[in-house]
Amino acid sequence: MSTKSKSIENKTDFNQDERLKKVSKLRLLLNRPELGALGGAILVFIFFGIIAGDTGMFSAYGILNFLDVSANLGIIAIAAAMLMIGGEFDLSIGSMIGFAGICIAIPAIYWGWPLWMSIIFAFSMAVLVGYFNGILVVRTGLPSFIVTLAMLFILRGATLALTRLITGRTQVPGLRVLIENDPIAWIFATDTFKWVFTWLGSMNLIALRTDGSPLATGIPPSVIWFIALAILTTWILMKTRYGNWIFASGGDKNGANNVGVPVGRVKISLFIGTAVAATIFATIQVLDAGSADTMRGTLKELEAIAAAVVGGCLLTGGYGSAIGAAFGALIFGTVSMGIFYTDVDTDWFKVFLGAMMLIAVIFNNYIRRKVTESK
Amino acid sequence: MSDYLVQFNNISKFFGKVIALKDVTMKLRKGEIMCLLGDNGAGKSTLIKTLAGVHKPDEGEIIVEGKKTIFDSPKDALDMGIATVYQDLALVSLMSVTRNFFMGREPMKGPPFFKTFDIKKANKIAAERMGQIGIDVRDPSQAVGTMSGGERQCLAISRAIYFGAKVLVLDEPTSALGVHQASVVLKYIVKAASQGLAVILITHNVHHAYPVGNSFTVLNRGKSLGTYAKKDITREKLLSMMAGGEELNKLEVELQEMNRSSAN
Repeated sequence: MSTKSKSIENKTDFNQDERLKKVSKLRLLLNRPELGALGGAILVFIFFGIIAGDTGMFSAYGILNFLDVSANLGIIAIAAAMLMIGGEFDLSIGSMIGFAGICIAIPAIYWGWPLWMSIIFAFSMAVLVGYFNGILVVRTGLPSFIVTLAMLFILRGATLALTRLITGRTQVPGLRVLIENDPIAWIFATDTFKWVFTWLGSMNLIALRTDGSPLATGIPPSVIWFIALAILTTWILMKTRYGNWIFASGGDKNGANNVGVPVGRVKISLFIGTAVAATIFATIQVLDAGSADTMRGTLKELEAIAAAVVGGCLLTGGYGSAIGAAFGALIFGTVSMGIFYTDVDTDWFKVFLGAMMLIAVIFNNYIRRKVTESK
Repeated sequence: MSDYLVQFNNISKFFGKVIALKDVTMKLRKGEIMCLLGDNGAGKSTLIKTLAGVHKPDEGEIIVEGKKTIFDSPKDALDMGIATVYQDLALVSLMSVTRNFFMGREPMKGPPFFKTFDIKKANKIAAERMGQIGIDVRDPSQAVGTMSGGERQCLAISRAIYFGAKVLVLDEPTSALGVHQASVVLKYIVKAASQGLAVILITHNVHHAYPVGNSFTVLNRGKSLGTYAKKDITREKLLSMMAGGEELNKLEVELQEMNRSSAN
């Protein structure tokens, strides 16, 4: 309403406006939501390049290390960003990670299921949880913040209670032996491009172990998933009808409904997306660690949302980018690992995370005003 | 049997005991602009929603191109070519002109299962259509939020026309606009009508309605006070018919009395 009444003051002719508004390429670029995160990522790399350039942070091993951390966060941050563009939150991502973990471990270890079946079971549960979140939000019209906050407690509680009931403990170890020869597990547990690292090692370009094998053995699965998801979601947002519907659902629910966008279905599918992303995260981590822990993923939902916000998502929906969230995750991952290579106490990481998010929100808010009220 | 494009005959709508509309009749030919005038609470919103297929009328009939029809949903009305542009315009200000123009009806390209949103084509059509109404969108990927109120209104109308509207129902298209912007929108409405559309213009602003309307229907407390061709009625008469008229006269008398008593 306020923007409408603004136009009353606007008495200029359309044609005249046209001549006034020469938009430079730079301005166009500034209007992209992911710009802030891209700039932030570059700054972070310059910073650590100067401070920790000679420490080993930027050795092959060091790079893979922070990429792995960034990628894990990125997988859920991208899904969270998609949902935020669609106008909703999911606070149950972290709890879903813990829940998915035991959904894999308990059937595989205690019920004697083959690992692949447990993994499929975990993903089916994720679809159910996501659907339940979505249908609850869409049907009741309650804020997703509240609905998924309830789910945060329910899922975490159920994870803890069920695990203790079935196993008597809060951790389920012993998964590592099951990975070999499993038809599905390798998708979440294989380092790729090993030959590149072997070759680099043989050329003495990267650090070697004492036995002559390279220290960094291959690209971890999280990184491959992360890149694949970033490309897929960006393509969906920019190039598909469904992408347009996501923006529309988040931008103006009623307006979108009035022109025939199935807002409810779009939102439900996005909730399923965050739950499935949490399960991808969980599967990779559980198979990597060889055990499931009921507390796995605690607070991850907030980190995912923080990365999405740094990546340019508005908390009100309708604006943002998946690639921005990917850069947001890269910033957090790089700093959380990079801080070990500096003299700074690692306790300061959370301070940085919060400050980064504040700056991003202020910046995004400014950009949004620019975009919507530039006349 | 008749050359009317659309007829709404004796439409009534009740909400419980409340009579929201009673025996409202409107008939439109191609190229005609009918202005529906009424003060707040006259039943305009209910009538719009009935025209748009949101409400089903409790009495009366709707005849589109000679065929009696019942709208079960807004989609039915849209399929019959009756497009309603609401006051909120169903535009998302953070999205681009193109993405808004084709929201929910995106042009697709590519093989089945790999269809993608044909942005190039969409950009071209959106820019073309906006150009036709004299709004030069240099960059159809600019956010709608950057457009003026009048431009947005025109975008919403032009979108409805592009997607096959025969009858345009416009809900207060000029209410939030300044004088100049309103005139641009009204000009566009006249142009749309001259191309063969029937337009129902809902407004409480006689000054906006009178210059463009071919006929006028005045609504008061859910009832039609009649439909008048332009030659049969003056602007002043219309004004006084809209509940405001009488009351403004009364107000004037009261004010005069107050002045007199304070002067004493």
